[in-house]
Amino acid sequence: MRSVREALTASRRAPLLSALGIVTIAFSLFAFGLFGLVAINIRRALDQVEERVEVRAFLGDSVEIESVTAAMKDIGEFPEVSRVDYVTKEKALERARKEMGEFADVFEAGVLPASIEVHLRPGMRSPTIVKSVADRIKTYRFIDDVRYGEEWVEKLYRLRNIASVAGIALGVAFAAVAIIIIGATIRMTVLARAKEISIMRLVGATDMFIRLPFLLDGLVKGVLGGLLALLFVWVANRVINEYFLETIFFDRQLIFLGVVGGAVMGVLGSLFSVGRHLRRI
Amino acid sequence: MIRLTDVAKEYPRSGVALAHISFAVKKGEFVYLTGPSGSGKTTILRLLYMDDKPTQGEVWVNGVSSKTATGREISRLRRRLGIVFQDFRLLEDRTAEANIRFALEVTDAPKATIRSKVARVLTQVGLASKATSFPRELSGGEQQRVAIARALINDPFVLIADEPTGNLDERATRGVFQLLRDINSSGTAVIMATHDLDLVRRSNYRTIELNHGRVVFDSSESPASARPFEEPYEVRETPPDSTERI
Ligand SMILES: Nc1ncnc2c1ncn2[C@@H]1O[C@H](COP(=O)(O)OP(=O)(O)OP(=O)(O)O)[C@@H](O)[C@H]1O
Ligand SMILES: [Mg+2]
Repeated sequence: MRSVREALTASRRAPLLSALGIVTIAFSLFAFGLFGLVAINIRRALDQVEERVEVRAFLGDSVEIESVTAAMKDIGEFPEVSRVDYVTKEKALERARKEMGEFADVFEAGVLPASIEVHLRPGMRSPTIVKSVADRIKTYRFIDDVRYGEEWVEKLYRLRNIASVAGIALGVAFAAVAIIIIGATIRMTVLARAKEISIMRLVGATDMFIRLPFLLDGLVKGVLGGLLALLFVWVANRVINEYFLETIFFDRQLIFLGVVGGAVMGVLGSLFSVGRHLRRI
Repeated sequence: MIRLTDVAKEYPRSGVALAHISFAVKKGEFVYLTGPSGSGKTTILRLLYMDDKPTQGEVWVNGVSSKTATGREISRLRRRLGIVFQDFRLLEDRTAEANIRFALEVTDAPKATIRSKVARVLTQVGLASKATSFPRELSGGEQQRVAIARALINDPFVLIADEPTGNLDERATRGVFQLLRDINSSGTAVIMATHDLDLVRRSNYRTIELNHGRVVFDSSESPASARPFEEPYEVRETPPDSTERI
């Protein structure tokens, strides 16, 4: 009870710096959050894309059906492969016409080659695995060409990695600043209360008892910063949803994790500072 | 109860502050610690309440050793010590009563007994009527009494006082001395660093004199006549009517 009261007094002594501390924690978590949001949405997009990831191998014109069947059996036994389908020239044409709609007439019978469609198992759809499967299929003599939507799968992966790295870097930078600012606030309070603290020590107050208000102060600021960041990210998400594209938001666990992250930053800032400055009193 | 064995204290920058200090203080004893400025009185007292550790030797206080004491043990030990300084160390924004209560509040003492304990020590130091005065409304002597009351609140087995009368005029000084004597006669040991040789000489308590960080005289080991008071040394606070030769 006393600690809570003193924690609040500490913040009241330096209201501007305290507010700044909360806001930087919020910025830090906002950076994490925003890029986290990008990451989970790309993740979701990848999951959807991956379900359709397939390797398509186009067949040469003069192929004996027996060797194709044998090859399909081979490929079907690759550990990454779930299913292999044969697509005849006629079926390819029909499919292309359906997809192109009004441009259907540009395709003439016999223009599109026959192909085999290789579906991959879930979890076996990352760019490297897809590429390795495609490379193995290429080795069959009668395969003309292999396609597997390589560029855009890779692009999405790369985008996600960039978003993660940028988010982590920015978030860590803000976190460092937040810890420094929280530390500075604590420093001011410790110095302002130097005499009181030295008397507390003299009459036998424990170190923990002396530190507790400062740690609580950091904790409260961290949680407030976390909630503020949550608000920022939520608003950002709403805006994107409204004007750009449909996105998903964090689930409860991730939100909780974010607020805990704020609390950890606040407590760490206090801990470092209080340890350093109490030693000098 | 208190024992120092071959204690040395060396500071990184100012060098040797204490060397080969060995003495013991018995329960209920009254000890003056005298010596010129810089001789190490404050340093010894700080070792006693474990504000610092000796660089050599060992300090034992009430079963706690300077070699092994943890932070928690030191806190617990200090609850059984009373510590008083020249500059009182009162909190300006609290009344006398609140200053005394502070010592109990920050050590998780049972709430129920706080009120009666504070009243008791205020009466003991003769300040019952000034309970609600702020430090700025009290004379120096009264402020020191408040500080002593705070030191007494936990029933200490020893009162450690570092020049408690250094900032007081002669009358207030005598009052505080008398108070310390009364406290001692009720069984609390008192260890007091002081420059006030006049008062030291007038009372018959044990005196340990330091010079350059060494014990040069301990009245419990030498006959009283051997006191080296002829040796003049600097006295910072001299009462106006003092007959002391400087
Ligand atoms: N914290 C410290 N850091 C470095 N040197 C110190 C420290 N405290 C004391 N000293 C040195 O130790 C020596 C003894 O100092 P101490 O304060 O114990 O003397 P004293 O007898 O209390 O003097 P005074 O009568 O003036 O109070 C001095 O030379 C002083 O400079
Ligand atoms: Mg001193």
